Parts: sequence; C-alpha cells; structure tokens
Amino acid sequence: MDLKNADFTSIFNVATAQNKLLVDLHWFTLGICLVIAFVVTGLMVAIIAKFRTPENDDGSEPKQIHGNTRLEIIWTAIPMLIVTVLGVLTAVTMIMVNPAVGTKKPDVIVVGHQWWWEYQYPKYGVTTANELYLPVGENALFEIRAADVVHSFWVVAFGQKMDAIPGHPTNMFVHPTKTGLFLGTCSEYCGAQHGLMRIIAHVVSKPEFDDWIKQQAALPQQSTDPAAVKGKELFNSATCVQCHRIAGDAEATARIGPDLTHIATRGTLGAGVLENTTDNLAKWMQNPQQFKPGCNMPNMRLTNEEAHDIAVYLENLK
Amino acid sequence: MTDSALHPHSHKPVNWLRDVPEYQGILSWLTSIDHKQLGILYILSAFAFLVVGAFLGLLIRIQLMFPMNHVISQEAYNQVFTVHGTTMVFFVGMPLLFGFAVYLTPLMIGARDMAFPRLNSFGYWVYVFGAIMMFFSFLAGGAPAAGWFAYPPLSEKGYLFNSGQNYWALSLFVTGIGSVATGVNLVVTILTMRAPGMTLKRVPLFVWMILMDAFLVIFSLPALNAALVMILFDRILNTHFFDATVGGSPLLWQHFFWFFGHPEVYILILPGWGAISEIIPVFSRKLLFGAGVMAASTVAITFLSFGVWVHHMFATGLGFAPLYIFAVTSLLIAVPTGIKVWSWLATMWGGKLKFTTAMLHSMAFLIQFTIGGLSGVMFAVIPLDWQLTDSYFVVAHFHYVLVGGMLFSLIAGVYYWYPKATGRMMSETLGKWQFWLMTVGFNGTFFVLHILGILGMPRRVYTYPLGMPGWAELNFFSSCCSFILVFSILLFVYNLIWSFYHGQIAGPNPWNAWTLEWLCESPPIAENFERVPVVRSRRPLWDLQFGSGGDGENYHA
Repeated sequence: MDLKNADFTSIFNVATAQNKLLVDLHWFTLGICLVIAFVVTGLMVAIIAKFRTPENDDGSEPKQIHGNTRLEIIWTAIPMLIVTVLGVLTAVTMIMVNPAVGTKKPDVIVVGHQWWWEYQYPKYGVTTANELYLPVGENALFEIRAADVVHSFWVVAFGQKMDAIPGHPTNMFVHPTKTGLFLGTCSEYCGAQHGLMRIIAHVVSKPEFDDWIKQQAALPQQSTDPAAVKGKELFNSATCVQCHRIAGDAEATARIGPDLTHIATRGTLGAGVLENTTDNLAKWMQNPQQFKPGCNMPNMRLTNEEAHDIAVYLENLK
Repeated sequence: MTDSALHPHSHKPVNWLRDVPEYQGILSWLTSIDHKQLGILYILSAFAFLVVGAFLGLLIRIQLMFPMNHVISQEAYNQVFTVHGTTMVFFVGMPLLFGFAVYLTPLMIGARDMAFPRLNSFGYWVYVFGAIMMFFSFLAGGAPAAGWFAYPPLSEKGYLFNSGQNYWALSLFVTGIGSVATGVNLVVTILTMRAPGMTLKRVPLFVWMILMDAFLVIFSLPALNAALVMILFDRILNTHFFDATVGGSPLLWQHFFWFFGHPEVYILILPGWGAISEIIPVFSRKLLFGAGVMAASTVAITFLSFGVWVHHMFATGLGFAPLYIFAVTSLLIAVPTGIKVWSWLATMWGGKLKFTTAMLHSMAFLIQFTIGGLSGVMFAVIPLDWQLTDSYFVVAHFHYVLVGGMLFSLIAGVYYWYPKATGRMMSETLGKWQFWLMTVGFNGTFFVLHILGILGMPRRVYTYPLGMPGWAELNFFSSCCSFILVFSILLFVYNLIWSFYHGQIAGPNPWNAWTLEWLCESPPIAENFERVPVVRSRRPLWDLQFGSGGDGENYHA
C-alpha cells in the first residue's frame, strides 16, 4: 500500500454523505464571505482613488459628517439577515449530519492513543490498529474515545472531525459514498508525535469489507516457518507481551500498544510512518525512536537475527 | 547633556523625552509610578518580547519549510510553539495594550495620572517578573510544551512531568493578577478622573474601548487564574480536577480556559480598534462616522464576547443545544464587528486622506481584519468549524486577527503617538519600507495557511509526511515569506531607535489632531497639563480651533 495513492486530501473532496452537506454549506458561506471581502476591498480601492488629498489642497477641512441613520440601519440589517440565514442553515445541517444517536450501538469504536489509533468493531468482536475499513454505502455510527490525552479524529474527506476526550465518549456518523483510500491526522495536539499520528481509512465495497472483517475476526494463521516459530517464542518471552495482544496467544493479552493479531494485513507500521515489510518491521523493533522519536515503544535491544525472527513471525499473522 | 538637564529650572521647553527633568537616570524609570514612563516601559517590553516571539515563530516556519524536516526535534518544536503562543498573547499582546492604555488614557481624558499610580507600577513589574519566570523554565529543565491553551490531561504531570508546565501556570497566574489590577485601575481612572465637561459620551473612542477592555479583563482573567490554580494543584498536590480516571473532567479546563480565552481575543483587539478610531479620522480630516453606534457596538461586543466561548469547543460533541446556542451568539457578534468596518470606511469616504505610515497600517488593518473576521464567521457556522477547526485554517484565521489586526493597528498607533511620547517624529521613509515589507511578509506567510487547512494539514504538527498534495509547496512559500515578516519587525524596531535620536522635532500637535493629548507638550510635562480646558465635544481641539462643531453638530448628512 502506498499512501501516495490516496484519494485527494481536501475538505472539498466529498467522500461521505455527511461531507456533501458540509461542503454545500461551505460553498454558500464562503461565497457570502468572498462577496463581503470584495465589497470592502473595492470600497477601499475607490476611497484611495477618490479621496487622496489633492496636491493643490487649500488646507481647509472637508465636510464633517457625524453619521447617517439610514446607512447605519442598512449595514446592521443586512448582516443580521445574513447571519440569520446562516444560523438556520447551521441548525438544519447539524441535525442532518449528527442526528440523535438514541439507543443505537456503535459500528466502530475509535480509541485515540499517544500516538496511534485503535479501531474496534464491537458487532464483530474485532480489534485492529491504525487502518480503518468501512463498507461503502452504509451509514456507520462511530464512537470516539481517548485512552490517555485529548485527540481528534479527522479523515479530511469525511468532513467532520470529532475530539476524543478522556471520560467523555463522543459520536458521529460516517456514510461513505465512494471507495478509496482516505487520509487524515490527529487534529488535537497530543504531545510528541502528534504530527505523525496519521489516520488511514479504506472505504471498500461491501463484499470486500465482509471478507476483511471475516479475516480479522478469525484467529491468525500459525506459520511453521522455523524463523516464525523461533520468533513467536522470542515474542512471548521478551517484553513485547507487556504491551501487545495477539488473539489466540495466551501470553500476549495486553492492550497498551496496538493489537498485532493481524498485523500482516496492514499496509503500514507506526501509524503510517513506514511501509509494512519484514525488513522494516525488524528495523522498527530494533529502534522505533529512529522512525517515530518520542513514541512510547522503547528500543527493544534485539540482535539482527532476533528482530528478523520476530518480524517473520508477525508478518505471518494474517 | 542638554541645557534643561543641567538647569532643570530653566524655562526652555523640553522637546525630547531624554530631556524631561523628572526622567533623568535609570532609577527614575525603575522606580517610576508615572503613567507615561510605565506606558513606555510596557510598550518597550512588549516589543522586546515581540522580537523573541517572532524568532520562535521563524523557527516554526524553518522546521515546516520541507516535509520530514528535522532542524529541531519534535520535543523542542512543541516547546517552541507553546512558548511562541504564550509569549505573543501574554507577554506581547497584553503589555502592548496596557502600555497604550496607561500611557494614553490619562492624557486623553485630561487627568494628571492614573487613579492608582502604585497599582499601575505593580501591574507592570508583576508582568515583567511573570514573563521572566516562564522563560526561566528553559534553564530549569525544559520549557512548557502543552500549547498555549494547555489542555489536560496532556498538561498534567503524568504526561508532561518536567517543571516547564508549572512555570507556565505560575507565570500566567502572576501576570493575570497584574492584569486584573491594571484593569481595575483603568476603570476607576476613566470613571472618576475625566476633565470638566467630558461626559462619558465625550470620551475619545479609544478611551471608551479601553473602558470596555478593562471590564473584559476584570471579568475574564479570573477564570483563567482559577483554572491555573486547579492545574497547579493537580500537578503539585495530586488533586484530580481534570483527571477523568477518578472523576475529574478534562472538559472543565476547556470551559474555564475559553471563558477567559474568547474575551481575551477581544481584550487584544479592542485597543487596536480604539487606535484605528483615532487615526483614521485624523488622516481623513473627518469626524468618526457614527461614533455613537461605534460606542454602542463595542458594548454589544463586550457582552456577547462572554457568551461565545464554546465555539472553541465545537468538535467536543457536547450535543445539539449547547453547541447551537454558541453558534447563534458567535454569528451575532459579527454584526457589531461589521458595523465598525463600515463606519471606518464611511469615515474615510469624502475625506482628504493623508497616507502617512500610521494611515497605511490602518488601511491594511481594515482589509486584513475583515479577512480574519470573515473566516471567524465561517467558524461560527458549526458544520464548517467541524471541517476547519484545529487545522491550519485556524492558524491563518487568528494570525489575521492578531497580527493583521491587532499588531498592524497598534503599530499604526506607535507611528501616530510616538511623536507625543518622545518629542520626535518617526522616519516616514523607513516606515513606508517597513509597512510594505510587513504587509507582503504577513500576507505571504499566513494567507496560504488557509489553503493548507482546507487540504487537511492539522495545526501544531512538528513535521508532515512526504507526498501530501500541495503541502510541501505551500509550506515552503509561507516559510520564505516569514523571513520578510521577521525582517520587517526588526526594521520597525530599528526605526524606533533611529528616530529617537534623529527624528524631526514633533511639536505638540504634529498631525493637527483633535483629542486632549495633543494639547500637551511633546513629550508631556510630568504633570501632563498646565491647565485642562472645559470639554464640550469628542474633539476639544477642533472646538478650540473653530469655536464649535467638534461633534459635527453643524453638519447633518
């Protein structure tokens, strides 16, 4: 997976039904603002052209005008009208984009961690990290949570962003209308690696999504490759299991770092900082700080061989 | 040494700040309770910190010049933007406006000094020590790194355990106390010490805006101070005000902070509006258009600004009703703000414009502030806020308000009142160079950031990945322009110094202006006025010249 092939990253790229509403309102508001800006600039240009003091000025003072009630009413009333229209459109759009959640259960639970994303699909019992999959054409209810500090979940082409606040779960609806790869970044400052806390969202067809979720819900394959077997032993005996979970592995049950159950199915490592290959994974484990300085994963002080074996094990978890 | 210093009792008029007999020697400045000296100290300190803050800003732009650039580490970067923001708001913006307020208010209302001169001095020195305290954190194990609004839990010691965050909170707490003291001082001065005949309807617009500003300070700063005490208790005494794991609430901080933080925006911009409302009429040779409505709209803004704070929290999922109420107030506040822009334009219309450096800055202010105001309206429309908040669009927006608005207007104020304070004119040649460089540098640096926000670049990122469309090019362009902007600030400081020694002698009223401060000598004598005239309009010097008509009462359009 190459992130450079992602769909155009812009708030005007309409990838969801919700963003369609936001973009329509955006153009309308932007249009009004541009008209006002042009009127003000145009008046300024006219004033500069018309009213500079002439060279042969006699030094007399111009006519003193203390005000003009009619003008003042006009430039109060027209803006009142504009903000009233904007106020009504704001309410309508808000209700359409974020209708009451009621008793609906979330389809996706997003948990912001320093500095990666956890995605849970509670209806399927699936937990994964850093790569979100959504089926096109279905309105998904998101619940956004934070594990540590405040984050904000924003896939740019989805339009709305929503903060992840400890102790205050929030909701939003996402109804993708086109398939593709969409990017974002955490957008509430959250510490050292806020800048590379990337969001990667795949919108796929319903059958593709079903295949993907089935694979994620299953236990990972166990490779018989000797390196992988050795790697598994190392993984379970080293401190890896203090933070990471792999479903089906009784040793690896921690939920501090990203869930590695199906890590081989992901395109990137470290929330988008490296392409997911065996070599890259080995390098990452040997010194994560080189690729994501400040991140919470320490240098594991693995030899090249150990790192390779663990990487082979992990890269077989499909 | 000049004659007047050698012979303090000689009657030669003093026309240079250095020759004022009461201001001789460094001690006369360090121990001063004279509002003019304190005002000048405030403004000089603000410009010193402006240079520091500008270089921190330049460091930010250098780091973001290229994708995956590593001029400074992510840790240093986070400290840099935190200190940049904090410095610019609290150690540049606040002292700059207080400097103008305490220097000009007594002169403009015909008073001898502030109501509480010692409290005035207290406010200044508390600010100086507060600012030093925050910068000391660089030596004491690391600067604060939670951003200028320091959201917990990130600002709690579990996530930022060095002492920088403690210094940050203590420093703002100390300066906050000074600010409230100065606010009270200004309110009392304006309400009780006006010249005979100067009713509240006749105070200059600048003074009126300072009065509103002081109320904003008095009622909003305590919210910040309370929150700072709570975060300090959390960090030092292990309380849990903002710790959600044991029943505290991170959102509580956001409410407290923005209850202060939004009025703070108006605190910063109101004195600039006041300056513009004095400068544009003088260089258009006209009465301020709709002065009464201008004053009333300022009152409206003062009240409304306490009811808009949640628009900084539109993406926190508070639910429809609580969010929508704040959308309505945030939209409404655009109306009185718009009235001001139209009134300034109408003041210029039909005038005889003089394009002095002060006037040029005022005109650029008008356009730039309009852009910043309009992008502000976009944030009031909540669905747009959901798209744009915490992106570089916000960075563009508030720099248009605070640099393109506040800084431009107060630099205009410096060009306008410098002759009064020092007795010397500022160089118009250097001034016009500085103006054009600053206008190009400022707009070049910050306009493209709107587009970066639209393209999805979040604010406060220490770097950004390769291959994001447009990001590298726009960031590079912005960074190049930021060098021009910083250079123009240095040129401005140079002009301040050069003109002090080489500027033309100003005389009492070089601009032929109409408010009371222009009746004083330049610089004013220590007592300000030898005698104060009875005031009969908003423009007492017009009345002195023409006998009447200061409020344009002979002319109705």
